[in-house]
Amino acid sequence: MNNKMKGIPITVAIIVISLALLHGLAFGSNLPPVKGDVLPEIKIPVPVNTTDRSYLGLENGDFFKIPQIKAKVVIIEIFSMYCPHCQREAPEINRLYSIIEDNPDLKCEIKLIGIGAGNSPFEVKVFKKKYNIPFPLFSDEDFSIHKCFGEVRTPYFLGVKINDDGTHQVFYSRLGEFKGAEPFLDLMLQLSGLK
Amino acid sequence: MKKHGNLILVFGMLSAFLWSATAFGLSDAFKNNIYNPGLLKPTDSVLKVKVGDSAPDFYLPAVSGERISLGQYRGKKNVVLSFVPAAWTPVCSDQWPGYNIVKDIFDKNDAILLGITVDNIPTLFAWTNQMGKLWFPVLSDFWPHGAVADRYGVLRSDGLSERALFLIDKKGIIRYIGVGDINKRPRLEVLVKELERLEK
Repeated sequence: MNNKMKGIPITVAIIVISLALLHGLAFGSNLPPVKGDVLPEIKIPVPVNTTDRSYLGLENGDFFKIPQIKAKVVIIEIFSMYCPHCQREAPEINRLYSIIEDNPDLKCEIKLIGIGAGNSPFEVKVFKKKYNIPFPLFSDEDFSIHKCFGEVRTPYFLGVKINDDGTHQVFYSRLGEFKGAEPFLDLMLQLSGLK
Repeated sequence: MKKHGNLILVFGMLSAFLWSATAFGLSDAFKNNIYNPGLLKPTDSVLKVKVGDSAPDFYLPAVSGERISLGQYRGKKNVVLSFVPAAWTPVCSDQWPGYNIVKDIFDKNDAILLGITVDNIPTLFAWTNQMGKLWFPVLSDFWPHGAVADRYGVLRSDGLSERALFLIDKKGIIRYIGVGDINKRPRLEVLVKELERLEK
């Protein structure tokens, strides 16, 4: 092998490693958050409608980060209007919302949001209307948030505890079917330390 | 040769990176039963019909056991044909469950949806069962393989069909054709807008 030829595999290796690094930077090839993690740095547009803004305790503005939500616990559902499980579970998740909202001790402490992976604003609106979903849903049309969350399948649930000092930790991160409003709420209360 | 081998390696790796950057948001309803074919050429056929043409008729078996023709809707319903490339693949497995919750939009626009793939009936039966109960017929263009897809000009060189939508009015005239990137799900709002443009 002459010197010129010897250089080729090294060049290939450098190109491939550079591509891998660039890919990681550009596309955020992450793993799903695990217990104890902080959330990836994602910015979500502040809801235009005052009901959603007030529910989340957000000021008017352009973007917010999930730990800015005024709550002790935020439950995030990564969903898609195209996902049969998400469709089937929607009424039960609405019931979870109602149980929380009807309980004066929990109402201000736990908030729910949904992020529509790959769903356009129109598609999120269709899902919200179809299942009469009362909590805020956000479009992640270009999958950018979905990528930050490790490209999980749907539905995927994350529980985030927000501390008094403004720090936060993920305490629940799991794919799969929702086993009912009451058991899920119990689990959230236990794992977050609210109970 | 070796130099070419290295170039192939670089392009191969690049393709793999680009592919892994393509997210589907796939439903857990299908668990691990989805075959990932990798990133495919966005389109790989040439349309044989255009907007304004009379839509070619067909007579295909449905998963329900009946046979359905396009002609049976003439004068009665607008028809949306949704060709998807293959059962048990990403994107396709999400697209129809989405349509399954918008029957009201089709009803409002006096339209029926016909889902078509080049898969055989048993495959379509097993696959669509994972989606829940679909309100629209699912048709098999398996034999002669992809004949209907071919008549519309959406049969790819590998025997799959494109991810394509055809909107046909009650007179049997094609009013909209959408042949998108096979790797991406078409936005629902595009189809809805076209449905709403039809004369009621």
